[in-house]
Amino acid sequence: MCSLIGQAVKRVEDKRFITGKGKYTDDIVLPNMTYAYIIRSPYAHAKILKLDTSQALAMEGIVAIFTGEDIAKSGVNGVPCGWQVNFNTGETMKEPPHPLLVKDKVLHVGDSVAIIIAESRALAKDAAEMVEIEYEELPCVTDPYKAIQKGAPVVHDIAPDNKCYVWELGDRQKTDDYMAKAHHVTSLEFVNQRLVPNAIEPRAAIGDYDETNDRYTLYTSSQNPHLIRLLMCAFVLGLPEHKVRVIAPDVGGGFGSKIFHYVEEALVTWASKQIGRPVKWTAERSESFITDAHGRDHVTRAEMGFDKDGKIMALRVRTAANLGAYLSTFSTCVPTYLHGTLLQGLYTTPAIHVEVTGAFTHTTAVDAYRGAGRPEATYLLERLVENGARELGIDPAELRFKNFIPPFDGVNQPGYQTQVALQYDSGNYPAVLERALEMVDYKNFRKEQEEARKNGKYLGIGISTYIEACGIAPSAVVGSLGARAGLFESAQVRIQPTGKVSVYTGSHSHGQGHETTFAQVVADKLGISMSDVEIVHGDSDSVAFGMGTYGSRSLAVGGSAIVKSIDKVLEKGAKIAAHKLEASVDDLEYAGGKWTVKGTDKSIGFGDIALTAYVPHDYPQGLEPGLDFSSFYDPANFTYPYGAHIAVVEVDIETGKVNLKRFVACDDVGNIINPMIVEGQIHGGVVQGIGQALFEEAIYDDNGQLLTGSYMDYTMPRADDVPSFEVDRTITPCPHNPLGVKGAGEAGTIGSAPAVVNAVLDALAPFNIKDIKMPLTPQRVWKAIHGK
Amino acid sequence: MQVSSFNLIISKETHLITNNSYHNIVNMNLSIQVEVNGKKHRSTVEARQLLVYYLRDQLRLTGTHIGCDTSSCGACTVILDGKAVKSCTMLAAQADGCSITTVEGLAQNGELHPIQEGFREEHGLQCGFCTPGMIMTAVDLLNKNPEPTETEIRHALEGNFCRCTGYHNIVKAIQYAATKMKEKEVAHV
Repeated sequence: MCSLIGQAVKRVEDKRFITGKGKYTDDIVLPNMTYAYIIRSPYAHAKILKLDTSQALAMEGIVAIFTGEDIAKSGVNGVPCGWQVNFNTGETMKEPPHPLLVKDKVLHVGDSVAIIIAESRALAKDAAEMVEIEYEELPCVTDPYKAIQKGAPVVHDIAPDNKCYVWELGDRQKTDDYMAKAHHVTSLEFVNQRLVPNAIEPRAAIGDYDETNDRYTLYTSSQNPHLIRLLMCAFVLGLPEHKVRVIAPDVGGGFGSKIFHYVEEALVTWASKQIGRPVKWTAERSESFITDAHGRDHVTRAEMGFDKDGKIMALRVRTAANLGAYLSTFSTCVPTYLHGTLLQGLYTTPAIHVEVTGAFTHTTAVDAYRGAGRPEATYLLERLVENGARELGIDPAELRFKNFIPPFDGVNQPGYQTQVALQYDSGNYPAVLERALEMVDYKNFRKEQEEARKNGKYLGIGISTYIEACGIAPSAVVGSLGARAGLFESAQVRIQPTGKVSVYTGSHSHGQGHETTFAQVVADKLGISMSDVEIVHGDSDSVAFGMGTYGSRSLAVGGSAIVKSIDKVLEKGAKIAAHKLEASVDDLEYAGGKWTVKGTDKSIGFGDIALTAYVPHDYPQGLEPGLDFSSFYDPANFTYPYGAHIAVVEVDIETGKVNLKRFVACDDVGNIINPMIVEGQIHGGVVQGIGQALFEEAIYDDNGQLLTGSYMDYTMPRADDVPSFEVDRTITPCPHNPLGVKGAGEAGTIGSAPAVVNAVLDALAPFNIKDIKMPLTPQRVWKAIHGK
Repeated sequence: MQVSSFNLIISKETHLITNNSYHNIVNMNLSIQVEVNGKKHRSTVEARQLLVYYLRDQLRLTGTHIGCDTSSCGACTVILDGKAVKSCTMLAAQADGCSITTVEGLAQNGELHPIQEGFREEHGLQCGFCTPGMIMTAVDLLNKNPEPTETEIRHALEGNFCRCTGYHNIVKAIQYAATKMKEKEVAHV
């Protein structure tokens, strides 16, 4: 039987999705179910002067209406933040409450004010129009840099300067010294704009309280049902965890936005008990725009110092990071531990210092969005490297080769210790760029570019190299950095008496194809057919515990937990086999689904051993029956995928329109289980990065209104905006997990945006333009060309 | 009583009727007859009910999804009288007398439609949420243009968002289906 590892096996989950039989949260209808509509603040900052629900309550079909007053009286808490980041002075971060429903003062457009529960969603919406609310509007601030200036409107009284924290990493003195000695310093002030994740399935939640058993069930479109259960039970509603079941069924994309514990999850669970009926809430898209946690939103000043040969000497970064009005679950760690720690990039920069101020503003919360911190780090690094190369008159590819960390495998050569706390696992960084340059035919491109310019055509090429910290995360390390949870993963491998295998994983699939990739791993290790393996995920009653899926962690952490359990199955199976074959365990080998006595034809199959374990009549003395093992895998280190992306663009200087002609990517995500799925992840990630570079931006006006609050206003990348992609890979195994995998979910998004922006600036080199603010819309490009 | 939905909307916007009587009219129930996936249905719907809610809530055909409220994302695309329509953009009442195919009605006798097959073979889906709409749009495209170029495919998908695949493999899935359908000369939906 040939190995299943590395095979482009078609996905086993596809059939239900292509036939319309997927089961997403909003598809679920429970008996006697009610529908919730949440009244949200139309103002960014306002006092609630009056709230009268009497007319609405009197309407036909209205079951109940709850307000902030009811929530306050009930004694339930707000939703917590999962990561504590301290001030550089040692002082604890400012951590304001985030109530399920606001009682006195709303803090962003979309803040939840009341929940209406009715016999249908239409009736709930009708009633919302009859709720009378009087607001007194207050001054607001939406920009993180403006928020931390003196005199800015205050978001929370506990943070009068709007600073949640001021955090730093690296060697300030050394960086200042090296920067002062640099032959050339290139600097950039830029905005890494706010983005809306826009998973195509809007968030949804159903709370279902069963009085007879005093049991709660929450269905939710979540990337990590167990963490939601833990946070909701322990911090928000104070429920006994064993009486709460959380199910995340099919989930229509997440990209980070469905990691977090949202107020609606706790609200429907709580409300279901109040009314004794199931309560369903489904976001409308315009509601998603103002309530799903957003991504990015950094205002940054960054400087890079070079010596006369183009070696990078120092990097200094100052960022104001927008956290929004409330602290979402992982919000605090994204601009700090997932951003500052990646500023080494792939380069040997000897001195790095970063300071990040987390700012409260009157906007929707900002949290992890595909890449989370790492795209921000990569963007500033790759823009500085490219600008530096242009200013020094060195080819940008050559400048990168001069500065790359030399290859190391993490086994014979040690990991690479960065200036910003991490130790890279393994890598051959020059190899990915060499391959990407070869794919795009870099040498000939310059000639083509020159010819095209003579004909009035502006072609450009842009390079980006990146590294990311994935496989999140070693619990002890992140614990020391402020994480309030472990970041291991669990897996149970249950061998059924007939030799069929059920695997219960704490990872959650919402597009990643775990039901296929994990089954490939299990079938390969056990030497059985994939059709004999089923992957179960997303239900806290089936799966013992889980930390969910984000940070490109599923295979590296969740997959490793599965491997650990399989190892235990095979170890016990060998004892049973040795007994049956009257041989010693040491004389057995396992291959092709059977144990064989080495050098003989005596063997016994996996199925026979499974049956023997459950019918233990002829069985090793003292050995427990059954063949069912659980494991928790806590990684030794992060994993560090990396790669090189190259964009080729043509800019129409008459209209400012950027035409993306080619996109080439060479990524190294370690070992690969299913190349089809990995490439799919890269494609999707690349388009999200292209979206940031060319199309997407969440824009607030001065009153805190989200101007881009619908698909009519927020530009999503469409099929005809992007080309087909050319992707390739190198493989450098991760040395510290059993599969040697590094993670592929975020790579595309991290690498692509700077490549596209660099390409546009390269195309416009004759105009000597240093920067254009993302997204590079035709208007902005045209203005830059015409010096406006 | 059959009431033209367009009149209702115009009435509200021009304030020809009061808010209260508007609510009375939109809450009015209408009787419709539709054929969905070959099966005839006689249903009572609220005058204001969108077709997509009728399909999902009343017929329990939840393969048709709702991804937005501005007719932009295409997750709700179905085939109505031979053409792709966004079922969030029309009222159930407007579908009276029409024949509708949803993603649930594509596979015949347990055999996948070539477009469904293409999506599986070419990894044209990840989370699966946009997939039914993508597939129905592709049905419409290949009905009109059995041999589309890549550019034509991408243009045809303009009204459908996918956040997972970057569209790369969706294009390949439709190319796969076009080849397959030419080979098999599958009867058009």
